[in-house]
Amino acid sequence: MLYNHTVARLTYRALLGRRRALILCALPALLLVIAVAVRAFAGVDDRAATEILGGLALATLVPLIGVIAGTGAIAPEIDDGSIVYLLSKPLNRRTIVTTKLFVAIGVSLAFTVVPILIAGIILNGNSQQIATAFTVAAIVASVAYSAVFLLLGTLSRNAVVLGLIYAMVWEALFGNLVPGARVLSIQQWSLSLAERIAADGADISSDVALPTAMILLVVATVLGTWYAGERLRSLKVAGDD
Amino acid sequence: MTTIRITKTSRWFGNVVAVNDVTMEIAPGVTGLLGPNGAGKSTLIHMMSGFLAPSSGTVTLDDRTIWRNAPVYSEIGLVPEREGMYDYLTGGEFVLANAELHGLADPGSAARAALDTVDMAHAADRRIATYSKGMRQRVKMASALVHEPSVLLLDEPFNGMDPRQRMHLMELLRKMGNDGRTVLFSSHILEEVEQLATHIEVIVAGRHAASGDYRKIRRLMTDRPHRYLVRSSDDRALAAALIADRSTSGIEFDTAENALRVQAVDFGRFTTQLPRLAKDHGIRLLTVSPSDESLESVFSYLVSR
Repeated sequence: MLYNHTVARLTYRALLGRRRALILCALPALLLVIAVAVRAFAGVDDRAATEILGGLALATLVPLIGVIAGTGAIAPEIDDGSIVYLLSKPLNRRTIVTTKLFVAIGVSLAFTVVPILIAGIILNGNSQQIATAFTVAAIVASVAYSAVFLLLGTLSRNAVVLGLIYAMVWEALFGNLVPGARVLSIQQWSLSLAERIAADGADISSDVALPTAMILLVVATVLGTWYAGERLRSLKVAGDD
Repeated sequence: MTTIRITKTSRWFGNVVAVNDVTMEIAPGVTGLLGPNGAGKSTLIHMMSGFLAPSSGTVTLDDRTIWRNAPVYSEIGLVPEREGMYDYLTGGEFVLANAELHGLADPGSAARAALDTVDMAHAADRRIATYSKGMRQRVKMASALVHEPSVLLLDEPFNGMDPRQRMHLMELLRKMGNDGRTVLFSSHILEEVEQLATHIEVIVAGRHAASGDYRKIRRLMTDRPHRYLVRSSDDRALAAALIADRSTSGIEFDTAENALRVQAVDFGRFTTQLPRLAKDHGIRLLTVSPSDESLESVFSYLVSR
């Protein structure tokens, strides 16, 4: 079994309740505001569309939402010990992980894909398939980020910080300075898909070839999910002794 | 009827041995796991509830290994010590979720029945975040009872409860024990364990120190040498009278404290002889205080036996 409805419901409530929902809504709203502003002041401009969808949406919005959804789907429960109520049930622990992954992916998609598509259409009406390209890239990136950050949530108490460091420092900063770092970057992998989809005139380029990128995306997602399951199977609940 | 067997089990964390070669059997009825803080009670309960692998030895439930064996949870109800419990849900939603996770045929009525059992039906629609500590404890209980497990494991369940809640929980656990369920709870308070448990397992510094019914444990604890600090109107005369009696094995004159340090071997006799001797010799007792009544010293005596 890959899915348990009760686990999914508890995870949705945790992710969409409290302050998280505000952050989850604020980020895409910001993207839409910027898209409207750029369109209003600069008119239709493919270059601006590529820069905003690539630099802001795919490079910032998608990983940030991924960190919130991926780590948020499991880390708080491990942190406060409430995961015990899921684990002390006749329920395969891999089912718990895959269910939480589905929820994290669902939340990521809802808060990235739809706003990115709308922003792209606002910016240039999907000329040169730029909006479509980044939307598809956001879909695959959301899946991989969710799996990797979910794993991070089972590995470390500082999952959010580590996730942000990966997304903001490794992918953004190192990616710009050290070309080799881009090979291990979910952003670059998804960008290579966007490069293929968009028309040749669009200025989208990735450092990773498409077949490599696809393989790495699948490997990261599957391996991350498998290892998160392993972690949960041998999770020790810290005692006071 | 379900029995938990712990066989030659040790658990260490790096260089620290938390549980040291323990063998015990938890049978139906109410068993108290007694020991000072840090003795390894939680480590034992974590192993019994499948959240910790034994470093050596085995922990089984009716001969089924508990570690990494999710199906055994159909028979285990766990009341953890930690407070984390989905505060954003209402108590009713929380217990219902637990019933669903157990795959019960009718989770709704099972949840209602469990909430009734712990007398929390009236607050089922309130969010857990608004509950008092005692209410949280009761909802935890309901979540552990919802699938009517044959084994109930409770880690320090009475911590932070007021006397009324404590009595209510004791009644409930006693009833479950009488129904033939295997109930195990940990505590560092002898009186608590004595009131409730028909069988007591004492654990000290990771070792299994004693096992038996409460009378046996109580006797073990009262038969040990007791130390008292005594001040009187004439310490030396009192010392002479005391050492002449067989209830006393040693006396030291503590000049710094200006008092007697008395070691009594026969607790019952000493408590009746001390005032009698003082009266016979016309000595006024000013201070009589036990100097080693802390539970730790009682336990360390049990271990060093």
